[in-house]
Amino acid sequence: MSAASEGRPGGAGGTGRAGEDRLDALREEARRTGSVAGRGVDVEGGPIPAAADGDAVGYYGQPVVKAPVWTWEVPVYFFVGGMAGMSGVIAAASRFMTGGLDVAVPALWIAALGAATSGLLLISDLGRSSRFLNMLRVFKRRSPMSVGAWTLTGFGGASTVALVLGSVQAHLAASGGGLPALSVLLTIFLLAAGLLGGVLGTYTGVLIGATAIPAWFEHRLLLPAHFGIAGLGSAAALLQILGFGGPPLVAIALAAAGAECLVGLTVELHRHGAADRALRAGGSGALLRLGGLLAGPAALVLWIVHVPIAASAAFLAGALVSRFGWLAAGRASARDPEATFAAQRARTRG
Amino acid sequence: MSIGQGTESANQARHEYVDEGRTVGFFTDPTVCIGCKACEVACKEWNMVPDDGHAWSGHSYDNSGELGASTWRHVKFLEQDLPGGSQVAGPMTIDPEGEDPFRWLFVSDVCKHCEEAGCLEACPTGSIVRTETGGVFVQDDVCNGCGACVVGCPFGVIDRRAKLVPGGGGAFKCTFCYDRQAVGLTPACAKACPTESIQFGPLDELHERAAIRVRELREDGYDDARLYDARDTSVRGAHAFFLLLGDPEAYGLPPGPEAPTIHLGPAWASALTTAAMAVLVAVVCFVLW
Repeated sequence: MSAASEGRPGGAGGTGRAGEDRLDALREEARRTGSVAGRGVDVEGGPIPAAADGDAVGYYGQPVVKAPVWTWEVPVYFFVGGMAGMSGVIAAASRFMTGGLDVAVPALWIAALGAATSGLLLISDLGRSSRFLNMLRVFKRRSPMSVGAWTLTGFGGASTVALVLGSVQAHLAASGGGLPALSVLLTIFLLAAGLLGGVLGTYTGVLIGATAIPAWFEHRLLLPAHFGIAGLGSAAALLQILGFGGPPLVAIALAAAGAECLVGLTVELHRHGAADRALRAGGSGALLRLGGLLAGPAALVLWIVHVPIAASAAFLAGALVSRFGWLAAGRASARDPEATFAAQRARTRG
Repeated sequence: MSIGQGTESANQARHEYVDEGRTVGFFTDPTVCIGCKACEVACKEWNMVPDDGHAWSGHSYDNSGELGASTWRHVKFLEQDLPGGSQVAGPMTIDPEGEDPFRWLFVSDVCKHCEEAGCLEACPTGSIVRTETGGVFVQDDVCNGCGACVVGCPFGVIDRRAKLVPGGGGAFKCTFCYDRQAVGLTPACAKACPTESIQFGPLDELHERAAIRVRELREDGYDDARLYDARDTSVRGAHAFFLLLGDPEAYGLPPGPEAPTIHLGPAWASALTTAAMAVLVAVVCFVLW
C-alpha cells in the first residue's frame, strides 16, 4: 500500500538498510539529548507502521455487521412468493364474494405454480441445497425464516389442492352438475390458501426487517406493508395480463399502485440519516427509486388512463426491481459502518 | 491479583464446567495484549479452520481484517494519536518523562456468545443451540446454509463459507471450543494466550476480576477504561466481554448492540395488519365492482 508511507510519517518505508540507518540515527540522538524529537517513536522513518487509512470511520472503515449472503434467488422469491400468496387472497375473495370460479381458478394457478417456483428458488439459494428438508425439522416462532418455510409449505399444499378442487368444480358446474362435498372441501382449502397467502405475502418484510442491517430494521414497519402491497398489486397485474381484467382486479391494482406511491413517499420523506442512506445513494438507491416510480406513479397513471396491460407490466417490473433494490440496499448498508453507528447513536439517545 | 496469575491461573486449570452446567465466559483485556496472534493461530489449528486468504491490508499489523466464517479469533490493531503508550507496562518513548502522543492497542475479538443471541433465534433449522456453559454453538451437521443467522448477528460475527471451501455452504463461527470444554480443557485461544489477555473461566468470577481491573486502570490514569459487555441492551449480556480503552466505535464494535428479535413485534404487527388489509381490499373490490 503506497498510501501507508504517504498518509503519515513513519510508514512502511522504514525497512532494509535505510531503516537501520534511521534507527542508528535515532539511538544517537537519544544518547546525545536524552530524548527523540517527534511523536514518540512514531517519528519520520521510524519503525512503527502507520495505517493506510487511519482516518476511516470506526476500525479502518471495516463493516460492523455482515452483509446478507443471499443471491438473486431471494429477491426473485420475494417477488414470486408475494405474488403467489396474494393470488391466494384474490382467489378466496373472488370465490366467496361472487360465488364464481372464473377469477379464482386462474388466481389459484398463479398461487400453486408460484409456490412451487418459490420452493425451488429458496432451495437453490441454500448453501447446502440437499439439506432443504431441515427447514421443516423444527418450528420456531421467533425465526421468521422458520415461520416462512412452514407458511410456504402450507400455502403450496392448500393452493394446489384448492386448484384441483376448483378446476373439477368448474367442469362439473359447466356440465350442470356439482358435488356438495366438493364445495365444502374447496371452501376449506381456499380459506387456508387465502389466510396463509396473506402471511406469505408479508412475512418477507419481517424476515429482513427484524435483522441487524440498519437500512432494513429502520423500516421494519414499512417493509411488510410494502411487500404485501407489491404482492397484491402484482397478483392483480398478472391476472390482467393473462386476460382476467375485470373491474374488481383493476380496482385492486389501482389501490396497490396508490399505496406504492405512499410507500415511495415514506421512504423519501421519513429518512433516518446515515442509517438508511443506502436507500437513496448509489446503485441500491437507483434501483429502489426506479422500482418505486414504476410500481407507484407510472402504474397508477397508466391504470387511470385505461392502459391496463402497460400498467400491469410497469407494476410487475417495479415490484421486481424494488425487491432487488432492497437486497442491494441491505448489502450496502451492512458494509457501511457509519450506518450501524448512526442507527445506534440515535437509539441510545432516545 | 487480577492479572498474571501464572500457574495459578484459571486458564491453565482443568475444570468440569460442562458437567456442572456452570456459566463460563471469555474476558479479553487489551491492556496486556501484545498482538502476537497466538490466539488466532491456536484457534485455526485446533478447530481446523480453513485458509481465509492472504492479503496485506495496510491496517497496522492486522491482515485478517474481520471475524468471519473462517476467522474465529481476530486481533485488532488500533493506532491512535493519544497518550498512554501501547501497554500499561509503560510509555513508548525512549525518554520516560517525555510526551507520548501515540497509542497502539491490540484486542483479540471473538464471538460474543450473546445471552439473547440473534443468530440462534433466527436459525430456522435448530442448528444453532445453547450449550451447558452458555455458549452459542452451530451444529454443522444440521445447518443448511440459509443465511438467516448472518443478518441476525448484531456484531457481524457469523458468516457463510464459500461453497468450495471445506465445510462449504454452511454457517461458521467460534464454537467456544465446546469440544475442549467438554473434556475439561480451556478453549485453545485462552490456553495459548501468553499474557492472559484472554481469560477463560466462570462468568461471575470474570466479571469480578474485570471490575477490579477497570478500577486499577482508572487509578493509574487510564480514565477511558471501561467494560464492553452489552449487559444494558436487548442482547442482555455477552459471554465474551472486553475491557476497552476509549470508544467502542474505534474498535469496530457496535456502541449500542441490539438483538434483532426486538424488531419482531412491530414487524409482525405490520405484516398481519397488511395481510388483513389486503383481504379487506380484495373483498371490497369484489363486492363493489
